[in-house]
Amino acid sequence: MKSARPSALRLLLAALALVAALAFSACGSTKDDESSSSASSNTSSSSNEANPDAEIKQGLKTVSIPKQLGNPYEEFEHSGVDEALKELGGSNSIKGPTDASASSQISIINAAVQQKPDAIIIAGNDPDAVAPALKQAAQRGVKVVGMDSDVAADARSVFVNQVTTQLVGENQVESIGKQIGYKGDIAILSATANATNQNAWIKVMKETLKKPKYKDMKLVKVAYGDDDDQKSFQEMQGLIQAYPNLKGVISPTTVGVAAAARYLSKSPQKGKVKLTGLGFPNQMRKFVKDGTVDEFQLWVPKDVGYLAGQAAAALASGRITGKEGEKFEAGRLGEYTIGADGEIVLGPLTTFSADNIDDFDF
Amino acid sequence: MPADTTATPPTTGPPARDAESTATGGARLRAVLGRWEALLIGLLVLTAVFGQGISSEFLTGDSFTTGSLDLSEVALMALALTLVIVAAEIDLSVASVLALSSALMAELWNGGMPLELIMPICLAAGAACGAFNGLLVTRFGLPSLAVTIGTLALFRGLALVVIGDESVTDFPANYTDLAFGNFAGTFVPNTMVLFAILAVAFGVLLHATPFGRSIYAIGANEEAAYFTGLRVKRVKLILFTLSGLVAALAGIVITLRNSTAAANVGQGFELTAVTAVLLGGVSIFGGRGTIAGVILALLLLGGIQKALLLSQSISSYWIQIVTGALLVGSVLGPNIARRVSEARRRGTSHTPEEGSTT
Amino acid sequence: MSAQAAAPPPAAEGARARRLTERVFRVRELGIIVAFLALVAVTGILEPRFLEAGSLRNLALNASIFAILAVGQTLVLVTRNVDLSVGSVLGLSAYFAGDLLSNHQGLPIPVVFLLGIALGAACGLFNGILVTWGQVPALVVTLGTLYMFRGLAFLWTNGTQVNAETLPDAFLNLGTDSVLGVPFLVLIALVVMLAVGQWLRDYRAGRELYAIGSNPEGARLAGVRSERRVLTAFVLAGALAGLGGVLFTARFGTVDATAGFGYELTVIAAAVVGGVAIFGGAGSVYGAAMGALLLGTITSSLIVLKVAAFWQQAAIGALLLLAIAFDRFVALRVEAALRRRSARRAG
Repeated sequence: MKSARPSALRLLLAALALVAALAFSACGSTKDDESSSSASSNTSSSSNEANPDAEIKQGLKTVSIPKQLGNPYEEFEHSGVDEALKELGGSNSIKGPTDASASSQISIINAAVQQKPDAIIIAGNDPDAVAPALKQAAQRGVKVVGMDSDVAADARSVFVNQVTTQLVGENQVESIGKQIGYKGDIAILSATANATNQNAWIKVMKETLKKPKYKDMKLVKVAYGDDDDQKSFQEMQGLIQAYPNLKGVISPTTVGVAAAARYLSKSPQKGKVKLTGLGFPNQMRKFVKDGTVDEFQLWVPKDVGYLAGQAAAALASGRITGKEGEKFEAGRLGEYTIGADGEIVLGPLTTFSADNIDDFDF
Repeated sequence: MPADTTATPPTTGPPARDAESTATGGARLRAVLGRWEALLIGLLVLTAVFGQGISSEFLTGDSFTTGSLDLSEVALMALALTLVIVAAEIDLSVASVLALSSALMAELWNGGMPLELIMPICLAAGAACGAFNGLLVTRFGLPSLAVTIGTLALFRGLALVVIGDESVTDFPANYTDLAFGNFAGTFVPNTMVLFAILAVAFGVLLHATPFGRSIYAIGANEEAAYFTGLRVKRVKLILFTLSGLVAALAGIVITLRNSTAAANVGQGFELTAVTAVLLGGVSIFGGRGTIAGVILALLLLGGIQKALLLSQSISSYWIQIVTGALLVGSVLGPNIARRVSEARRRGTSHTPEEGSTT
Repeated sequence: MSAQAAAPPPAAEGARARRLTERVFRVRELGIIVAFLALVAVTGILEPRFLEAGSLRNLALNASIFAILAVGQTLVLVTRNVDLSVGSVLGLSAYFAGDLLSNHQGLPIPVVFLLGIALGAACGLFNGILVTWGQVPALVVTLGTLYMFRGLAFLWTNGTQVNAETLPDAFLNLGTDSVLGVPFLVLIALVVMLAVGQWLRDYRAGRELYAIGSNPEGARLAGVRSERRVLTAFVLAGALAGLGGVLFTARFGTVDATAGFGYELTVIAAAVVGGVAIFGGAGSVYGAAMGALLLGTITSSLIVLKVAAFWQQAAIGALLLLAIAFDRFVALRVEAALRRRSARRAG
């Protein structure tokens, strides 16, 4: 019996010819096709000096890239970018992956760059995977602002951090320490195992625990809930079962702390095992009111986005270049100074408890 | 895949007679290229128009560069997967082999081994995984769908064990630049050149060698193939091994391209690869399909994704919906078309349809 | 397990053959139960807190939703089809239920359940029509609807999520409360399992599913209305996924577009581990539900035993492969036994 179709080989040639045809049809766009050896190049194409008095350009276009679409925290945060750009007479477009993967973010960065925005604001799923694509963007004159979850330092001009890594670690350890009388076993319920911000905070927490004030507290386990509701729930369950002497849990992720609180509120350990973390007031209000949680902390995500949007506009207009010590006006948030490594910090953590939780709506 | 008793007649008709019956250019094109591939080309043209309408950046070298880079690994895996599916089997573990290969690469690199030694080891590991699948299917007679669902979990689990929660990022620049960069200053990425080479190799293997013909025979009717003396088990074992090997290669590519390795890399890639193969006209029951069709399908998927990404107003969520609809439509369409033409041929004699089985 | 193509054996022969296969089924299910008990025992010895009432109750709770989905998947698998879209259907139904209740707090809870089930059934109907009338293979259809339904969920939620705060307490309590010490969710799972199990065994419509799966042509020739049965199987699978979605919302309170993401493979694994043949024609919902329980227990065991979480997936994969191999082994033995018997009769 003869093979499927003798013309199949012809088909293959036809297909390859088609590919070539498509390729050559793109002779239109010449200029931006170099794009090789990106790894070694430096991003700060802005070798000129900052001009603090420069006008904010009108009609700025930015693209902001969250870690994942459909995540309410990210939605809220990026709405701040929208707010900032609109205020400055520009516009922002939010484009994110449906899965929280770096590969998808790379596709989005590339597509965004093709539209030639003035700046890209990104919360990275992986600090290094997205770096080559971002560096290419910078080479084409697009300003890159990291936000919330940092990317490689040489792939962005500035990084807007909601709070310093140091402060988060210290504040959270203090928060749980205060609740358990500075004595006993504690555990951490984190997000995904390779999230930059999580690992940085955990590292600080471990160092903070070495201080004499916390000498009677011991970290027995770091569990990963993958920012998934059910998994976090199960991991909390597992922690309680596996460590009978557990006195407190820190969950520095809004998904984790909500799931953990929900588990605790229906378990015999309610009130006995203390819980703190980074949570949304709207999600945690119920548990504060019913006694499961005494206090927890956070910042206002929308402000983070707002600050990032302002920074992006300042960069794109030449007001700052990302060097340490430069100052810029960030609208309703006031004046900010760029720190080391291009980091811009929003401010200290806010603590929520029964006293003030009704003042907030997010 | 079950050697189903209901034979679905081929949807791609014989070339010669059609070309003679109508003189239109369309029919002649169909005759040369085969009906399915012609349909795909038509859809590609539509996508090009649609995409260009969305954004003037669509038909540019840039789009091709980045769009094809995005799909590099899926495209590589789809090639080997085509052969597996034509043989009426399936391999859902390819993305997990990719992850395992990536994890191995990272760990060995951290251990100080030179990349030139690491890469063959990873490829060998991938081939071993593929052979494992193949042995379970051929020696033990287990259904490939179930086996590869199991190895999908097993291999990714092993990747997790190998690399844990670390992520390795300091791969040498000359390799990462190669993976990320373009060929000789054009806008064709190096990974596409790799893909083209493999595509030609697999195309020749499938369409122009006795081995390739045996794959079609096995897919069309395994028992008959066996009785004509074909070594069915050996062929299948080879195909699964090849699939694992190519998946491991894809793992190396993605690790270098991202210059980072992590255990959750490539999640969901297997579904995209299977979608591309099926969309390319390869029958899930085996025995039919071409490499060319799969290449066109990959182009189509990449084009649609790029168009939607470039759009300002259409949400990215639509990519998923469109992909799903295309997949279903790719089989449903021909079925309906066939029923319609059958009904028309039957004319006014209303004999009840007999072809309705599950 | 293909039926014999030889001349129909005498009635006694048929009855004995059926008893043999039934005995095999029961052995298979017993095997799972033994494995489960062994796992719980070993874990309990190494970590006694694992055996506390609360902990065991949580085990059953965690597995309940998967068990319900596995029951639905069994119906489809038995007919030699597969349903990869269950995770996406669950996600849609979960968000639907949460959204409804958030915006209409006074809605009676049974109504919410009915609506969620109906949504799931509609999705299942869509799948079923494409498989039967459209003659598109189930793998292709449900792979496509996996994408489509998930995309719809994303579009619908549009970045928002349902928060536990906005759901009535009565509803949330369903997810965690117990009746006579047995969690409500577990009760629902048990009822579903028993109802479907009895239907499959005692009603002709149910038993015909097995016929369709083991010998489609034969079934058709014997007068089985295959298309209608397969369509029913898909609708039921969808309905059960819809039920699972509503229960998901009751259990976890917080629902966004990613609810149920990736569930399909776990559900299929549970069914296969539980003895449901991926080739159709064999397996029971009891086995599938036990499979779900076993898989969930493995995860919990590993967490409690402080085994690095990284081994969980590999363990589940290995278990699945073992289960398939074992089933194949058993199936071959049964086939050989049946052949020997009918040869002796014909002899």
